[in-house]
Amino acid sequence: MPREMMYGEAMSTAIAEEMQRDDNVIFYGQNMAMTERDPMLKKFGPGRVRLAPISETAEIGIAVGAAITGLRPIVELWMSEFMLVAMDQILNEAPRLRYMSGGQVKVPLVLKAGFGFSAGWAGQHSNCLYHTMMGIPGLKLAIPSTPADAKGLMTAAIRDDNPVVYLHHYMLTLDTGEVPEGEFVVPFGVADIKRAGSDVTIVATGWMVKKALAAAEQLAQEDISVEVIDPRTLAPLDIETIVKSVKRTGRLVLVDQAPRQSSAAIVIAGEVAEKGFEHLRAPVVLVTALEASVPYSEPLENFLLPNEEKIAQAVRSVVGERAVRV
Amino acid sequence: MTNKETFGKDRLASSRIGNDRLIWMYTQMARIREFEEHVKRTFLEHPGAMRGHTHLADGAEASIVGALATRSPTDFVMPTYRCHGQPIVLGTSPRRMMAELYGRKDGLCKGFGGSMHLADPERHFPGTSGIVGQSIAHAAGAALTAQVKKSGQIVYSFFGDGASKQGAFFETLNMAAVWKLPVVFILENNEYQAYTNVKLEDANAQAGDPLSKKAEAFSIPGATVDGKDPLAVYDVVGQAAERAREGAGPTLIESKFYRLSAHGNAITVPPVPTQFPEHEAIGVYGNKEEYKAAKEKDPLALFRAHLLRRSVATEEELNRIEGDAHAEMDDAVRFALASPLPAPEEATKYVYA
Repeated sequence: MPREMMYGEAMSTAIAEEMQRDDNVIFYGQNMAMTERDPMLKKFGPGRVRLAPISETAEIGIAVGAAITGLRPIVELWMSEFMLVAMDQILNEAPRLRYMSGGQVKVPLVLKAGFGFSAGWAGQHSNCLYHTMMGIPGLKLAIPSTPADAKGLMTAAIRDDNPVVYLHHYMLTLDTGEVPEGEFVVPFGVADIKRAGSDVTIVATGWMVKKALAAAEQLAQEDISVEVIDPRTLAPLDIETIVKSVKRTGRLVLVDQAPRQSSAAIVIAGEVAEKGFEHLRAPVVLVTALEASVPYSEPLENFLLPNEEKIAQAVRSVVGERAVRV
Repeated sequence: MTNKETFGKDRLASSRIGNDRLIWMYTQMARIREFEEHVKRTFLEHPGAMRGHTHLADGAEASIVGALATRSPTDFVMPTYRCHGQPIVLGTSPRRMMAELYGRKDGLCKGFGGSMHLADPERHFPGTSGIVGQSIAHAAGAALTAQVKKSGQIVYSFFGDGASKQGAFFETLNMAAVWKLPVVFILENNEYQAYTNVKLEDANAQAGDPLSKKAEAFSIPGATVDGKDPLAVYDVVGQAAERAREGAGPTLIESKFYRLSAHGNAITVPPVPTQFPEHEAIGVYGNKEEYKAAKEKDPLALFRAHLLRRSVATEEELNRIEGDAHAEMDDAVRFALASPLPAPEEATKYVYA
């Protein structure tokens, strides 16, 4: 039975259910479990639910050490930018230890952080840093765009035997949607077609999925049929589903909240250029943030980020090239 | 001891170590030394056989063996990239260790890790980091596992004086203290951080204070011990281990000894062959006297003399131990040379579990 639930609640539900299911799952982070009234602390006790100091390197490094010796830690990092002070542990420890040991150890851990906060958080708390992490062999990267995916991907992340960066989008926190109750796993590496269409394929992640769906709705009234695909995990990346869609539509618009050169979109564009070139009837178009830090003031921020109108315009531009149809 | 607080009851435990165990300790020290001597010779005898960077534990034998002699069989051991000494004490096969250094299929990590990344999880040695200081956090993580699972295990975390300037050190010691993690932090002060003398980069050293003073910042016990004396190390680490087992939390121990080889083999670009350069004391600082004095206090020679003086073993017995260790490592080199190189297409294995 599905239940209406908020995106943020869906993640927490998955964590609580997995902690109930497996005693090896532990959960800690800053500014959590501070009093005995904390419900997770009450439920799972101070051994498995912990408050950590502001020490990302130690928090994540300790998670790595705990993971290689038998626990499955989840570290609450709050904001993805806070991971930057601990990048060695994320990029050069967690994903390398198994490989360097010749497969002798596994590193099952989840690094949970919000990203892309677009509400006046300015330059250092609004970023999309996933590009840095999606190219590191050994590391997985999940980005849910709906409450159901938030639960299913978190469950999959906790059960995965590899280090997983789980990035949730701040602007989706209060969004509601139907979420299956009980065990629900969204497998990694399986893109989801959020809306089926036949003229243009849009690939988007996180909050941009919502923007793309809104643009698709608008374009439907103009008789343009848009397919919206959410890869859901950027590592592993389901290129096959994207290429299959492009094979049908012949046109690809990639929407990404990150600046162009550090976007997932640019990686997907490269993959499609190699694996789907013969299907393309128009150039691939990228709708990304402009090349600047995220500004504080609202009109500046709005100008910088992709939005429904920019996406719709990009779609119209590729449809306008129907002339090159083969 | 830098803190007035005592952190364990049994401070003279080493006086009760039986002769067999003392001989075991000397045997392990001799095996580590022989392994490292064989590694060093490889650069001359089989140029090109070892790639990248190799770091030796000669000079650290007494500190490693004294510390690990206090260990219970399932306790975790977390060294750094200078990681040849500890597994030898744990019983890891020197053949497979040497084969790993030679990049062979039969290597401990099948040729995927090399000298800096040995791992033998079956013997509770789950891996190392080549990035200075980062494994200190991993050690605390292993201690967290022990604490959550109530397994009774403790963790021996080894790292150098240089690592104690890393953020990972400060963050981890604070967190380990707050969470009362069962871990013994063993700061091996071998006087050089890579090529830099500790007095040039450590505020405590510059002020003439022991490096264990850093423990005061975390309100945990700290102690400095002569790391050239395995019995002194045994006593101090034993107290810290006892404290960890009792659930009282971590201890920081500065174990002082002198690294007898250079930081690592010379960094050269192929096809220029690499080998061990002179120790930094001579090569960088031109201080032959310092190095000569350190050589005269070689921990193996000191412990050998102690065992003879106490009639624990005869000269012949100790000669035999050394001869056996030498033969064992000769055999390890032969094994490594005979082992095939890995199949190239294995390179994408082990990325994901």
